[in-house]
Amino acid sequence: MDNKSFFIYLLIMAGSTYLIRAIPFGAMRKKIENKFIRSFLYYIPYTVLSAMTFPAALYATGNIIAASFGLVVAILFAIKGKGLTVVAVAACVTVLLVEIVMTYIF
Amino acid sequence: MKDFLKGLKGGIPIGLGYLSVSFAFGIMAISLGFEWWQAVLISMTNLTSAGQLAGIGIMIHPAQYLDMLLSQLTINIRYSFMSVSLSQKVTPQFSGIKRWILGFFMTDEIFAVASNEKEVSVKFFSGLTIFPYIGWTLGTLLGSVLGNVLPAVIMNALCIAIYGMFVAIVVPSAKESKSLLLVVGVAILLSCLFYYLPVLNTISSGIAVCICAIVSAVLGAIFFPVKEEENG
Repeated sequence: MDNKSFFIYLLIMAGSTYLIRAIPFGAMRKKIENKFIRSFLYYIPYTVLSAMTFPAALYATGNIIAASFGLVVAILFAIKGKGLTVVAVAACVTVLLVEIVMTYIF
Repeated sequence: MKDFLKGLKGGIPIGLGYLSVSFAFGIMAISLGFEWWQAVLISMTNLTSAGQLAGIGIMIHPAQYLDMLLSQLTINIRYSFMSVSLSQKVTPQFSGIKRWILGFFMTDEIFAVASNEKEVSVKFFSGLTIFPYIGWTLGTLLGSVLGNVLPAVIMNALCIAIYGMFVAIVVPSAKESKSLLLVVGVAILLSCLFYYLPVLNTISSGIAVCICAIVSAVLGAIFFPVKEEENG
């Protein structure tokens, strides 16, 4: 990609990301009362992250079996209430171990 | 000063978490063909995991500017909600230009820590942003520079880190709420349809994520409107 289109993309990306955070924070002095909007806003972070994770994460490591194990371990650790770092590291270690096992044993 | 130090301390675990996740982002960016300085610049100007991940996926295609805009707006609309929510909790001194500057640092985790406070002061929030920002930038730099040096098997494994973080954000809340679990299930189902079905799988991933997220959240808002206390 050439620098020009990189910077156009960067401007769109950083500009929209900044405005969507800052406008409500800077301008919002009142509470949103509309129940539908409040509910929609409550669900949207979770639906975004879920739709981004499945099924794309299965193909993120180049090994679908290892990635599946990694995700299952991540979910189990998260159910146990482990924090962000622990869950992420556990998923990585699992993928690594499964990949090593598959490479050297099978 | 006490408030600032308290915020600074609250930011340490977030910073460490970001260090590992942005390390993975750096590696992913390099594997897609970005330069190290591009990856670092993206992290320094965006400070967001999901948006950046979707963003680099779009950037590798020429001229999908509308896709970029729409996907960033959808993926990051959650920050608007967080900003609205936190705007109700800030001290009276937290006003005007301070909001416009510090609003940049609204991330899932910074929001989560800040909203645990009774009242959020400028000093506390400023302190809170420092380690996460350093961690996010430094991790991206290390990932994009060291990424090439690491063996492929380790690089592959690190690509799951960012998704691990997403799981760690969604699962605890879904565990507490059956309706959220169901809504998340619908989002995943739709996302799989967009990935595997012919015709649908020709739609760019940024737009597909938008559609899945919006449709499932709208269904959730219609069928399971949330009670006040659930709404942060």
